[in-house]
Amino acid sequence: MSAANWRGAMNVQPRAQGANAAAAPAGAVRAPRPARPRFENPLRLLHLVVLAFLIGYPWFATPFFTYQIGAQSLALGLIALSLTFLGGYGGMISLAQMTVAGIAGYMVAIFGTAATDGVSLGWPWWLAVLIGIALATGAAAFIGWLSVRTEGIYTIMITLAIGVAFYYLVLQNYAVFNGFQGEQKVFPPTLAGIYWRDPMPFYYLALFWALAGYLFVVYLLRSPFGIALQGIRDNPRRMHALGFNVTAHRVTAYAVAGAIAAVGGVLFTWYNGLVTPGSVGTSWLINILIIAVLGGMRHPVGAFLGAIVFVLLQNFAIDVIDRERFNLVIGAVFLVIVLFSQDGLLGWWSALSVRLSTQRGETRWSSARRRLYAR
Amino acid sequence: MELSKKTVVRTLAAVLVVAAISAGAFAVGAFAQAPPVKIGLLATLEGPFAAGGQDGIRGAELAVRQRNGVVAGRKIELVKASSDAKPDVAVNATRKLVEQDKVDIMVGPLSGSEGIAVKEYSKTQPNTTFINGSSGAQATTLVSPSPNFFRFNTDGGQWMVGVGKAALDKGYKKVMVIAEDYAFPYSQVQGFMTEYCKLGGKVPVKAWVPLGGKDYASVIARVPKDVDALAVVLGGADAVNFLNQYEQAGGDKPIIGGSITVSQDILNYKGKRRDSLVGTIAGSPIADAYDAPEFKAFVADYKKNFPDGYPSPSLFALVYYINMKATLDGLDSVKGDLSGGQKKYRDALSKMTLKTPVGDVKLDANRQAIGTTFITEVVKDAQGNLYNKVLRKIDNVNQTLGLPPAEFKVGSRDEPNCP
Repeated sequence: MSAANWRGAMNVQPRAQGANAAAAPAGAVRAPRPARPRFENPLRLLHLVVLAFLIGYPWFATPFFTYQIGAQSLALGLIALSLTFLGGYGGMISLAQMTVAGIAGYMVAIFGTAATDGVSLGWPWWLAVLIGIALATGAAAFIGWLSVRTEGIYTIMITLAIGVAFYYLVLQNYAVFNGFQGEQKVFPPTLAGIYWRDPMPFYYLALFWALAGYLFVVYLLRSPFGIALQGIRDNPRRMHALGFNVTAHRVTAYAVAGAIAAVGGVLFTWYNGLVTPGSVGTSWLINILIIAVLGGMRHPVGAFLGAIVFVLLQNFAIDVIDRERFNLVIGAVFLVIVLFSQDGLLGWWSALSVRLSTQRGETRWSSARRRLYAR
Repeated sequence: MELSKKTVVRTLAAVLVVAAISAGAFAVGAFAQAPPVKIGLLATLEGPFAAGGQDGIRGAELAVRQRNGVVAGRKIELVKASSDAKPDVAVNATRKLVEQDKVDIMVGPLSGSEGIAVKEYSKTQPNTTFINGSSGAQATTLVSPSPNFFRFNTDGGQWMVGVGKAALDKGYKKVMVIAEDYAFPYSQVQGFMTEYCKLGGKVPVKAWVPLGGKDYASVIARVPKDVDALAVVLGGADAVNFLNQYEQAGGDKPIIGGSITVSQDILNYKGKRRDSLVGTIAGSPIADAYDAPEFKAFVADYKKNFPDGYPSPSLFALVYYINMKATLDGLDSVKGDLSGGQKKYRDALSKMTLKTPVGDVKLDANRQAIGTTFITEVVKDAQGNLYNKVLRKIDNVNQTLGLPPAEFKVGSRDEPNCP
């Protein structure tokens, strides 16, 4: 069955038209409708403006804003994107995405070069990165294979357990992971005369991979695999009855998300210049979930929006309020966003665009919301 | 729902406007005065050392208050940041202070691994002077030192000098080491063992436990029958947990403590084994019962300024105080002149003899402090309270613990070794 047909069957077109969607009964699966053209308006002015801003950003931002805010947001956003993909479109909330990212980081340090004697193998950087991403993807598939037979809270529990187990492994293993100290001085290479950890080159490196990850996810969601995955999210039993291998699709989704998280993990390790048990501890496992939820899981761009807000808060909350109380600001902002918007920042954005349009009554936003939340 | 959302949006907008106006007012206020000197202050206000970080900030603030917030005619502006004892978090917080808030001088961080990471970062910022907070890993200043990173406190190894001899004097010929598994305890164990092994002591077993471990049963089971004492280099809750479990297991070996093992908070814990701590020897840069007038004045000043602080300043308060005092004394000696890439200021720091509550401090070629270490022993006073008596005061302890630099190896899990 073609992707377009499936989208009709599952009623998950990118943009439902108001009145029709309103008339349709709210339910998991609605009556099939004729398929629409695949790309209604793939490129809008907004996209170009955002792209121009992202490319021009380092030219007017300070190195601090380029590196610590910009590049860090992009790297973290990429890791959170893997969770948005898994959770928003696969219906599986995995807390182990930072673990996968950490595995990639550790492998780059172990196969490549790090400060620790006797641990690093010193292979060329590109080989270490490829091995790191491959191993992390394999580990993600394994995590998926372990956890796909569970649902909801049990998926969260089992992935959390795997994440914590990995944390203790790297904390207590000295032969390979160098224990508490972790792997220090894991830097990107100097290539074509450019040291890729300098603010501007690193920003563009992160931007390239963030855009690549974003476009890959957007593309994948419209492919037969992505459509089937969303079908499985909405009604696995029905998809199974239709002849889809639900487990295989889910494990594949874990592997794909793992590959994205692994790229983000390598970038994040290079950004920090080190990877330690602290990088894969419980707080980071949960931070990735916070980033994804904060931005909104309705669209892949939410992961990056969430990451920007998260990084800004981490850096500047302490200036708003003094001393040890600054975590209160971070918590309060998270609460406000989650309480007043059902779908993070993206929810606010949609509500705002509805406000600005003159349309009354049934709107794009409300129909989109019904479509997404009445599962 | 619509109404309430609107209200929320309006309220938020109002808050933002008020915040913007007040920020503007602050900026105007700052312009009105002579240019202030901006000092970044980083400590752990989160994570396992949150209490220590808070006391460290008190120490640093005390040094500022003693000058009434002014140095060489310039107002001192402290910009604080927090980390959670993780090196990546510490570097991010430092980068924000240096590159975003544009501080002139940076003071911090608190913990060992953080110190190594911040030192590495300092190499990329040659126009800012970095002064340590209380981190005590040897590698910070010993391995590839940074030309603009200064440490006016002695390190974890220096803090334990003299404990080996004190242990042998007590008749402990064989000792088992129990320590946390990271850079700072490595330094502490090395400081103890270097002297102890040289004088003929034996350490047949070393048990490295994870930071924040709860269960010490397996470690206690490994204590050999024939050792005379246990050298316990654990901090905070880890130390209390270990001592309780060792007591419950019926252990009766005397204890040799690390610098943060027998501090006030642990001496005051409620347990039957508390009394058996009497006689515990330890090494530290601070001794509560040190009776020099400078130290007594420091304690009195601390108590007066921070009624909500500890009954007596902790190690972190003293060490942050020392480093902040060095920062300000240095500024004073160059009349606040930070021009020319702060070259004059750094020369002044390198050459100065710093007066601290626990004696004079000088820097070596790696910009690492040479200073005083106390050997203390836990004793019981008339009211039944435990406190640390000063057994011995050792001045001018250097970073290589008296060994020639070529012979000295940075402490690790396997170094030194004398089974």
